[in-house]
Amino acid sequence: MPIDDTDRRILRQLQADPEESVVILAARAGVTGATFARRVEKMRETGVIRAIHDQVNWQALGYAVEVSLRFTLDKTEPRAFDEFIAAAREVPEVISIGTFLGQVDVRLLIIARDMPDYQRLYRDHILTLPHISDIEALMHVAQVKERQEVPL
Amino acid sequence: MTLELDEIDRALVRALCEDATQSAGALGRDYGLSQPATWRRIKRLREAGVFGPRRVDLNLEKLGFGVTVFLGIKLATKGRVSLENLERAVSAIPEVQTVQHVLGVYDYRLRVVAQDLPDFERVLRRRIMTLPGVGNVEANVLLSEERRIGPL
Repeated sequence: MPIDDTDRRILRQLQADPEESVVILAARAGVTGATFARRVEKMRETGVIRAIHDQVNWQALGYAVEVSLRFTLDKTEPRAFDEFIAAAREVPEVISIGTFLGQVDVRLLIIARDMPDYQRLYRDHILTLPHISDIEALMHVAQVKERQEVPL
Repeated sequence: MTLELDEIDRALVRALCEDATQSAGALGRDYGLSQPATWRRIKRLREAGVFGPRRVDLNLEKLGFGVTVFLGIKLATKGRVSLENLERAVSAIPEVQTVQHVLGVYDYRLRVVAQDLPDFERVLRRRIMTLPGVGNVEANVLLSEERRIGPL
């Protein structure tokens, strides 16, 4: 079931330019359009490709501020992770929740319309999350590399 | 200037952020729209910049990548290194999936994939720590990640 070199070539081209048409991508991968489509379908079935999905450009919808909030939780409370994450899911402006092994326990990626909106969100919906022992904020200035490709 | 989306627009954006390969015909049937009407709406949303880059979500484990690590990088000699050179060099490392310029306790935030921890250590020591200007580095191993749809 592991993928072969043809699959790798297809995935490399697909990852680099997912908006491009099958015909062009197949040519770049050196296969026919039919082979390309069949291989992609097979990799979707076997779960190698989990999804090909669009992503929202929040700036276009008026959300100019993006902040990565890094939390250390109070680990003396055994249900700290579960309760914190359940509460964070209730905040619509949270667009990603990650858990970690290291100095940071949980990271929330949040978006806001502007700084006053961020301030409101932070006070009313973030500081009120349960079991926080420390918070650090990283304000996103620019996305330098964005595609999140896997090196194949 | 903020774009106003109606209920159907929001539903279409949500659907395409799950699976961008759905046809306008199939999506239209879900929301009681004709194929051409759906296609026009999607075209308008794309032209308004509502979508960022499309993403191919691959199953990392099936491709032999066992670890994802987030690195916080602090510049050692601020003002003396060329940020452009550093950004170009770090973006050229295949295992570095994303690079964000941030404001806070770190200057850059990197997402790195590797086969396992020894492979990660190799990337960190040979490719990242050797870049000019890189000072303090903090690593957090990703345990779980959950994408949320956000305030749509």
